[in-house]
Amino acid sequence: MTDSAAAPVLEVEDLRTYIATDAGVVRAVDGVSFTVGEREILGLVGESGCGKSVTCRTIAGLMPSPPARSTGRVRLAGYGERNLLDLSAPDLQRLRGEHLSMVFQDPMSALNPVMRVGAQVEEAVGAHEKLTGKARRTRAIELMERVGIPVPERRMRDYPHQFSGGMRQRVLIAMAIAGRPRLLLADEPTTALDVLIQDQILSLLLELQRDFGMSMILVSHDLGVIGEMCDRVAVMYAGEIVELADTATLLGGPCHPYTISLLRSLPDVNSQSRYLRSIGGAPPALVNLPDGCRFAPRCPLALDECREWETELLDAGDGEHTARCWRHEDTRREDAWPEQSYESA
Amino acid sequence: MSAVLGPSGTLLESLERRSRTSRIGRGRITLAVGILILGTMIAVSLAAPLITSYKPDAIDPLHPLLHPLSPGHPLGTDSFGRDIFSRILYGGRIDLLIAFGATSVTAVVGTVIGLTSGYAGGWVDTVIMRIVDLFFAFPFFVLVIAIVAMLGPSIFNMFVAIWLTSWISYARITRGHTLGAKRQEYTLAARALGYTNRRVVLRHILPNVVSYVIIFAMVDAVGNIVLGSSLGFLGLGAQPPSPEWGVMISDGQNYLLTAWWLSTFPGIAIILVGVGFSLIGDGLADILRPGD
Repeated sequence: MTDSAAAPVLEVEDLRTYIATDAGVVRAVDGVSFTVGEREILGLVGESGCGKSVTCRTIAGLMPSPPARSTGRVRLAGYGERNLLDLSAPDLQRLRGEHLSMVFQDPMSALNPVMRVGAQVEEAVGAHEKLTGKARRTRAIELMERVGIPVPERRMRDYPHQFSGGMRQRVLIAMAIAGRPRLLLADEPTTALDVLIQDQILSLLLELQRDFGMSMILVSHDLGVIGEMCDRVAVMYAGEIVELADTATLLGGPCHPYTISLLRSLPDVNSQSRYLRSIGGAPPALVNLPDGCRFAPRCPLALDECREWETELLDAGDGEHTARCWRHEDTRREDAWPEQSYESA
Repeated sequence: MSAVLGPSGTLLESLERRSRTSRIGRGRITLAVGILILGTMIAVSLAAPLITSYKPDAIDPLHPLLHPLSPGHPLGTDSFGRDIFSRILYGGRIDLLIAFGATSVTAVVGTVIGLTSGYAGGWVDTVIMRIVDLFFAFPFFVLVIAIVAMLGPSIFNMFVAIWLTSWISYARITRGHTLGAKRQEYTLAARALGYTNRRVVLRHILPNVVSYVIIFAMVDAVGNIVLGSSLGFLGLGAQPPSPEWGVMISDGQNYLLTAWWLSTFPGIAIILVGVGFSLIGDGLADILRPGD
């Protein structure tokens, strides 16, 4: 599947991003480590507010500081041993667009409303490459064609509000790949779009990722999307990675109770049940984390020990599958789960 | 209403007409009317010697307080027998100079300061905003009068007083909208694409902010004309023989009941300029903020 161990494009080690707020210090990302290999797509899944987006923004150096502060190591191919977190502002600015780029969740607001679309794509083309006006325009048209915008010469003159959501996301993707980055951070790129358009955008991303040989981090809360797109998946909960494995393993044989509950809460078209399964309770406030395992208050399998000790990521099989649960052997046994826990309304 | 079209056809037709005159199109019309009014005012005051043969301060003691539509004096004469029509034309030069001269400088300076403050944030923002608060704490008019009184009454010193004091409104407006634009995803996206701060501010934030500045500037220009007139009235701006519109209005106030035209016509001139500026502001607002 990948040779991520050989030469990772991105290496994140013990990344922590804390944010000072009036309510206290929010531990948005708390000790996250992962790698993204050459041409690999890593999925980041989790509920809202679990730190997925903050992880991406921290890697791209986009978290406002203050109030946010980060520690840890982020290494990117082409930057040797340098920690991206220590880059100066001008270096960061060169990094973005050229080495890594981002696609955002809401295509409605990510384009400048008072600039013509063509001008925005041309600007992205020209930001990292000295080109004449004509060459820039040609490149912009090529890019817009590449991402599937019909009659780009004409649509260039339109304003963003004249574009549909899907078309805007295509434009934003065109802008993101304009600098030929090695790593694309896609932060819920399809969440704001309807299902049919979602599929088109995801296929486009997949196609571009293959053609350009990019690596990608795909943030999503949609396990279906993750299953379709990703080589490996990291499940995040309350600022931590709770389970990390290749997609087939994670979806086929998950062993962290949170992952299992998440998969079980997917609606099943064939099910006779009138109820949707959900996970009881709410994720913990990141200013006031519980002792022990952060999922314990909601975990149907939690024991007293779970509430006392924090567990680290443990090997859950062949070294490539890790889970932050010391009972990861038990969780796969159906009889370990109490009957009602996932049958509630 | 035709029977062939039926209700849905009528509805369609009425809305199609509306969508043809899109917002930008309507904005262009408003803008054009505004430019026409203001342009005419500018043209006639520049071409004043070609339009009227009277000097604005030529006294005619034999014909004081002539009614409007008197032969040779379409708008009448004032208490010194000066032709009101030509005084208004010449006075336009002074008042329009006040409008443009005072407003343009403060708008540019205030916008730059507001953008810097809002985008930089942190202590830069704090320092600038405390200075702005300091200025806001004084009554604006009193501050202007104090400065002019200190420098000595003249039109130029009035400019200086306005420049020193009214940039704060622009700084506040720009800063507020800059803070808003900074939080927008397009700013984040621009930064994620590796654009320089300068580019983000000038190409992405400023165009989203500038429409508010322009609209305010149009109101402010009218305000500056009124301010100039008020200072003229108080003897701190344009000095009496000058045909400045505010001076004319204050000259006419003693005759308000007997000779209404002395104050009314310069008043109408101020209103016309005001309407011109407002229409330009509205038109630009529609054109500069497509799809809003």
